[in-house]
Amino acid sequence: MDDPGLPERHFRNSGIPTVTDERLRQVSPLRRALVRPELGAICGAILVFVFFFMIAGDSGMFGPEGVQNWTVVSAQFAIIAVGACLLMIAGEFDLSVGSMIGFTGIVVAILSVQWGVPTWAAILIAFALSMAIGALNGILVIRTGLPSFIVSLAFLYILRGLTIWLSILTTRQTIIGGVRDAAEGDWLAALFGGVIFKGFFQWLGDIGVIDTFSRGTRAGQPVVEGIPMLVVWAIALIIFGHILLTRTKFGNWIFAAGGDAQAARYVGVPVNRVKILMFMFTAFCASVFAICQVMEFGSAAADRGLLKEFEAIICVVIGGALLTGGYGSVVGAALGALIFGVVQQGLFFSGAESSLFRVFLGTILIMAVILNTYIRRLITGERG
Amino acid sequence: MTETQPIIEMRDIEKHFGPVIALNGVSFDIRAGECHCLLGDNGAGKSTFIKTMSGVHKPNAGEILFEGKPLKFDSPRDAMEAGIATVYQDLAMIPLMSVTRNFWMGREPEFRFGPLRFIDFKKANRITMEEMQRMGIHLREPEQAVGTLSGGERQTVAIARAVHFGAKVLILDEPTSALGVRQTSNVLATIDRVRKEGIGVVFITHNVRHAHAVGDRFTVLNRGKTLGTAARGEISAEELQDMMAGGQELAELEGSLGGTV
Ligand SMILES: Nc1ncnc2c1ncn2[C@@H]1O[C@H](COP(=O)(O)OP(=O)(O)OP(=O)(O)O)[C@@H](O)[C@H]1O
Ligand SMILES: [Mg+2]
Repeated sequence: MDDPGLPERHFRNSGIPTVTDERLRQVSPLRRALVRPELGAICGAILVFVFFFMIAGDSGMFGPEGVQNWTVVSAQFAIIAVGACLLMIAGEFDLSVGSMIGFTGIVVAILSVQWGVPTWAAILIAFALSMAIGALNGILVIRTGLPSFIVSLAFLYILRGLTIWLSILTTRQTIIGGVRDAAEGDWLAALFGGVIFKGFFQWLGDIGVIDTFSRGTRAGQPVVEGIPMLVVWAIALIIFGHILLTRTKFGNWIFAAGGDAQAARYVGVPVNRVKILMFMFTAFCASVFAICQVMEFGSAAADRGLLKEFEAIICVVIGGALLTGGYGSVVGAALGALIFGVVQQGLFFSGAESSLFRVFLGTILIMAVILNTYIRRLITGERG
Repeated sequence: MTETQPIIEMRDIEKHFGPVIALNGVSFDIRAGECHCLLGDNGAGKSTFIKTMSGVHKPNAGEILFEGKPLKFDSPRDAMEAGIATVYQDLAMIPLMSVTRNFWMGREPEFRFGPLRFIDFKKANRITMEEMQRMGIHLREPEQAVGTLSGGERQTVAIARAVHFGAKVLILDEPTSALGVRQTSNVLATIDRVRKEGIGVVFITHNVRHAHAVGDRFTVLNRGKTLGTAARGEISAEELQDMMAGGQELAELEGSLGGTV
């Protein structure tokens, strides 16, 4: 039967009762607390810590050096995961992150070591170049309407090839050393290498909280010198990304661009600009990673960053983001990076076969995706 | 309905897509505080027509008068700024985002913190709750995802949003076509509230009963042409139904429509 329509009287009555759906009230606070993107990552992080505390608790993994060890590795993952996370929420992928890492490193090395450009200028030029390439990536995706998966896959190859070619062309080899010497005393390079809070850690060493070296040139110095700049960058990027995403107008547009680009455009969200900016931000993060690594090793290599794009994406997915865009969390991605780092180093500390790391990765990825799909159903109330 | 100046008047609008003549001289107007129903079978040109009204398509011929002055919209944005809000059935809302985030999308209220600006969620949530209340829907919480709302509630969020941002004309493209009986009456009740606030509502539907429940005037489109406009009380639901079905008994209808065919 057809809908009977509404009786006239009903409309003319000013005190129309408001519609309440009593079924909605039965949602438990527990379920509400559970339905958040970070849930899986929080549980995962706790599990991983408990696990390694049990099997590797006495191996030094949770001593000062051990902590520094997995913190640095996690921070590396976190830096690229923040970029990948925002981009994925905006509905796009960037598979060229790994190649971008190699590219930025080589650009800095060629400019500063080979051409004698001051390191600060080399770093700025490298950032400008990588972000321009990120923008090009984004513009191509927007203009062609092709999936970013394909466009950035092309860039994965183009950039890697270009990097190796550039490196061989200028130095006849794929590794360029001497970057640290060139960067000596450079103000900008100092932001990417070295440590902060040296004094505090020296004091911790002096009072015996942290072990100190007993022999050699560094006798009396604490085994952990300070907080590496890499970790500072990671924390800064996580805080920036989290606030941008959850607290600002632009963050709302990131969700909207990935959630439903057409609906977002219709209400005036500049979807194209948002997506292109996110490609640029991903490139920026890759460059931060690359420059920190170059400053740490003192050299750049054309093959750096291999597979990093996938590791970043895995962190983001473990962190609860949906591969289809429109949903996710920077904090979740950071926890994903932490899980990643702790497991990788934990297996090392517990003396396990390092190849098991990949087995673990694949397994946890599948589990995360299944959990995310389930959470998504809870949120959207997808019926069927 | 007193004779007031129409907010929008569309005169002899024609729209061609290559060889397809989607609209072949359609005239239509909408006044403040009325609900003008646009009826027509599939492919009659209803969506095409309201898209020319909301700035998506430019008409090949004909003129659009906005508050008495000729006007050309270059984009949907222009039309929105002028106060014409359109709620398309399929792309009104983003299900994964909260009601508040959807409601304010593109026009988020902000507060300043030094040089930084953040979304004012307290204000945004409060106003969202109030506006939804006004449309007769009690939200559990403004942070709940739109995906958890029913189809009718989603339509209502979109309508409440348009009203809040000062729409003078609200165009609803088949808002009830996917809804059940109860949900439909909720949306129809919402249309009634909106109309009472002095907004002109263009209500597109296939369903004569839905139209008849809220409409003040009815215009039937058929194959790109208007079959005529009738005011409430001048035409019965059965007659409208017949007209939509193809207008076989056009001669008979001509009488009942008061010679406007
Ligand atoms: N962009 C376009 N390009 C070519 N033809 C189009 C385009 N848009 C609409 N048409 C044609 O114009 C005619 C009217 O279409 P329209 O979508 O306006 O119908 P409608 O009345 O909204 O139908 P429905 O009730 O099914 O939504 C159809 O024949 C359609 O094929
Ligand atoms: Mg249509």
